[in-house]
Amino acid sequence: MTENHEYLHVRGRIFDIQRYSIHDGIGIRTIVFLKGCALRCRWCCNPESQSGEIEQMRVGGRVQTCGRDVTVQEIMETVRRDMPYYSRSGGGLTLSGGESLLQPDFAEALLRAGKSLGVNTAMESMGFAEFSVIRRILPYLDTYLMDIKHMDPAKHREWCGRENTVMLENARRIAESGQTQLIIRVPVVPGFNDTEEEISAIARFAEELPGVEQIHLLPYHNYGEGKYEGLGRPYPMGKVARPTPEKMEALRAAVTGKTKLLCQIGG
Amino acid sequence: MMRTMFDPTPVAKSERITRLVADLFRKMPEIEAARAELITESYQNSEGLPETTRKALAFRHILAGLPIVIRPGELIVGSTTIAPRGCQTYPEFSYEWLEAEFDTVEHRAADPFYISEETKQRLRRANGYWKGRTTSELARSYMSPETLRAMAHNVFTPGNYYYNGVGHVNVHYDRVINEGLTGIMAQTVQALKRVRAGDPHYGEKRRFLEAVLISCQAVIDYAHRYAALAREEAGREQDPGRRQELLDIAERCTWVPEHPARTFAEGLQAFWFVQQTIQIESSGHSISPGRFDQYMYPLYAQDTAAGRLTREQAQELIDCVWVKLNDLNKCRDAVSAEGFAGYSLFQNLIVGGQTPDGRDATNDLSFMCLDATKHVFLPQPSISIRVWNGSAKELLMRAAEVTRTGIGFPAYYNDEIIIPSMENRGIPIEDARNYCIIGCVEPHVPGKEDGWHDAAFFNMCRPLEMVFTNGMDHGELAGIQTGALSTLTTYEAFKEAYRQQMAYHIELLVNADNAIDRAHAERSPLPFESCLIDDCIERGIPLQQGGAHYNFTGPQGFGIANVADSLYAIRTLVYEQRRFTLEELARAMQMNYGQGFDETTATETAEAVAKALTEAGTEVTPEIIGGVIRQVLTMELPEAEKKRYEEIRQMIIDLPHYGNDVDEVDEIAREAAYFYTKPLPQYRNPRGGIFQAGLYPVSANVPLGKQTGATPDGRLAHTPVADGVSPTSGYDLHGPTASCNSVARLDHADASNGTLFNMKIHPTAMTTERDLEDFVSLVRGFFDQKGMHMQFNVVDRQTLLDAQTHPERYAGLVVRVAGYSALFTTLSKSLQDDIIRRTEQGFGR
Repeated sequence: MTENHEYLHVRGRIFDIQRYSIHDGIGIRTIVFLKGCALRCRWCCNPESQSGEIEQMRVGGRVQTCGRDVTVQEIMETVRRDMPYYSRSGGGLTLSGGESLLQPDFAEALLRAGKSLGVNTAMESMGFAEFSVIRRILPYLDTYLMDIKHMDPAKHREWCGRENTVMLENARRIAESGQTQLIIRVPVVPGFNDTEEEISAIARFAEELPGVEQIHLLPYHNYGEGKYEGLGRPYPMGKVARPTPEKMEALRAAVTGKTKLLCQIGG
Repeated sequence: MMRTMFDPTPVAKSERITRLVADLFRKMPEIEAARAELITESYQNSEGLPETTRKALAFRHILAGLPIVIRPGELIVGSTTIAPRGCQTYPEFSYEWLEAEFDTVEHRAADPFYISEETKQRLRRANGYWKGRTTSELARSYMSPETLRAMAHNVFTPGNYYYNGVGHVNVHYDRVINEGLTGIMAQTVQALKRVRAGDPHYGEKRRFLEAVLISCQAVIDYAHRYAALAREEAGREQDPGRRQELLDIAERCTWVPEHPARTFAEGLQAFWFVQQTIQIESSGHSISPGRFDQYMYPLYAQDTAAGRLTREQAQELIDCVWVKLNDLNKCRDAVSAEGFAGYSLFQNLIVGGQTPDGRDATNDLSFMCLDATKHVFLPQPSISIRVWNGSAKELLMRAAEVTRTGIGFPAYYNDEIIIPSMENRGIPIEDARNYCIIGCVEPHVPGKEDGWHDAAFFNMCRPLEMVFTNGMDHGELAGIQTGALSTLTTYEAFKEAYRQQMAYHIELLVNADNAIDRAHAERSPLPFESCLIDDCIERGIPLQQGGAHYNFTGPQGFGIANVADSLYAIRTLVYEQRRFTLEELARAMQMNYGQGFDETTATETAEAVAKALTEAGTEVTPEIIGGVIRQVLTMELPEAEKKRYEEIRQMIIDLPHYGNDVDEVDEIAREAAYFYTKPLPQYRNPRGGIFQAGLYPVSANVPLGKQTGATPDGRLAHTPVADGVSPTSGYDLHGPTASCNSVARLDHADASNGTLFNMKIHPTAMTTERDLEDFVSLVRGFFDQKGMHMQFNVVDRQTLLDAQTHPERYAGLVVRVAGYSALFTTLSKSLQDDIIRRTEQGFGR
């Protein structure tokens, strides 16, 4: 192993790898889920992603360990197995979480390894980090799928545990860097942001970011409910109905009516 | 790259097609007696004549006497039975099973048929003649005692051709369309002239060629019967539109298949008469139309260019042919019916791919054939698509749209591995590039080959069981003695024992197939089918006696996943980690891993006890048998022992399995497949060709699984064996790409008779246009790694479970079974369960 391949030995903590993911970025992708998050969004469908610690979760009667420490090289052993599918579909590697930026060295090394394989790279993140951290990653990142959940800092803190100021500022700086394709993603959560006004406010902000052309509206779902139970935690959302297709369509119409952004429902 | 220009614009389905499809399903399929009576009559009057002559005379007698019917609204005519989807019987191949099943065939789980009391009587009368005269009786007399024993122990079953005609060919539809049967007859006359009086085979050749002439004329006369009927019905018809249609039908049937087709509609009618009458001549199934989009294209192009034919008319005519392909039916014995469940005739029709000179073959008809399948939404034809590096993306996307409907079609085939695999068997590149698919998944040279593609099912798990019993099975030596378990001290020794058990049974399989092959050569030469395949006429030899240009025998093995997982478990847990011994594993398997025994085990045990008692001279009473059965069914192991076996099974289940992209396991799978594929090509068949392996089970993995005890991969006794080259149901947990990578790691080129890979995809992964593009990329990514075949069930588990509970609501639900699709509700419960179990591959969170 030569000196400049040292990044392959960087270690990090993940909780899952998902292959044949086709709804997160272009083409057929492999998603690496990094463990640890700065927020505690009530609707989070991966509660096992939140703590940076390795923990136990009960799944279908058996106890599963969530979280393992691996090197970039180990991850790439799996990622490279799907090379034929990436080449055919334009897909590649996606980092998700958790918030990948909480493990900046690991995230950077993973994306770098992805680029050296020649595959498309993407990262789902809400941009919760110093911009100096993000700047290190941008050269290796084709698409930044950035979550913006709300424009109101107080409501953001109430539902996610933190204000959104840093993230909005980072969104602007990422866009201005021109180094990556920035796509804004909005989880549409009943009672939180599912009004035309709130979604439009995010869309207007997104439209002003240089180079941003797309916004994705992701309807809330309760697939994660069982995991809360498995972790012995209450489900913060309680019984909330998912947004109806008609509702989502109305929100999409609001976005396309008020901005020039391409707006799609789902990833 | 040069490309044929094509127009992919879809044409809407016509009102007529909706009606024709509805009419097909008004009644339960029925068995009719006419053919059996006619062939028997003819044979009674032709005693002593050469077999080829007798066949031709019988064919003529049947076609002259079979009731004919034009169904309301049909444009393409020719029906084998009075009632739609009915079937005739073929006592010359075998009949005992049907008589034995007369009273159960209507109510059996798989493919029931109605049969009237009158039909039963008529069939009994006709069948009586055939005692001692069938192909199956002759075949049996040609088999070695060891072969019969291996068959009795269900190591393999050659049932398909043992009890039926062979079929499994693609004939020169193009020649009948372009030259007419008169063209074929002219060639035959020329060949007759060339047979010299001094030729040592003068007599057989002359008789065969004369039989060809009789048979061709019989088909022409049959078409003329339809022409007369259409004219007669036109005379009575009140609706002027329909009257004109009937007159057009009459004109077409007067002209084709006798003469070269002048229009696209005539071409289709000529095609249909060939397709139908081959299936009257013999009961062989998988009469595959093959490259329909290629040989029908010139007439389509000519008519559309001349303004005689609109795309709407062309589509409706094609749709009509698709309906006719579903009008034919076949009644099989109860066991085979489970193995081929779903009333399928496996008439495989393939679009796309390359021309013989290596260019992309996509044309308008490639799209229209896929659309026809969407329109009729029925199990026939088994539609397939050839994919190569230069395939038109539009065609693959259209195929993906059909896949999305959940009908299980099309099956996808990879030119980039199939063509080299055929060349490796000595087929020149132009013929290899022109391949079509027969039946389920079998690559075949159109119009030139007798591939005997479905020659047997070979259960690769049974020889593995015999390693554990030193060749013993159900109380007698069925395999060979590969040594007591204590002598298998290394993994290599164990593997070698398995290889030897396999090699032994493969030779017996060859023996069975060759015996049946000779029986067909002697008792069932088929002059009409033969004359449409090169070089039967030129050589003056029927297909069944080796007249084809290419000859193969292709028996298929299945259970790769079980054997791979078993060998991996044994290597890891017995030899490397020493978690348990072979003896302990053997006992755990014998005790069904502590999970109790089912009735199959109870009956088998009772039979073994009865045999032992009889041999010892003790009388066997019903009380003894009942006692044994009760004892087995209620047997309780000591708690500690039961727990240990469950523990052993859990250790095995916790290991990595084939289908998860784990190199060590997949390498073993590759080696396991070689144990089957490598020995076969060393054997020859009586037609002058070699054996070549296939790796696909049709749906036999379910019934044959019932005859297999617990296996070292943790599989419980009598549950289904893995299908084709697919991973074991429910064991592939890392998504479709991981499954694909595992399957691609097998050497598909060595299984040149075809491999079969089933995948189930959840509908939510095939919703948007982008999903379809990713789906196409999945197929292409698998094919880039030299995978051979892929097929999909796109239906969610919930829907299938609901269909089991409320079959009445899902009468039209078509699912992919194996190399074909079938109506889900017509399948047996156990096969339905197996389909539901196949892992549903979804997408990321």
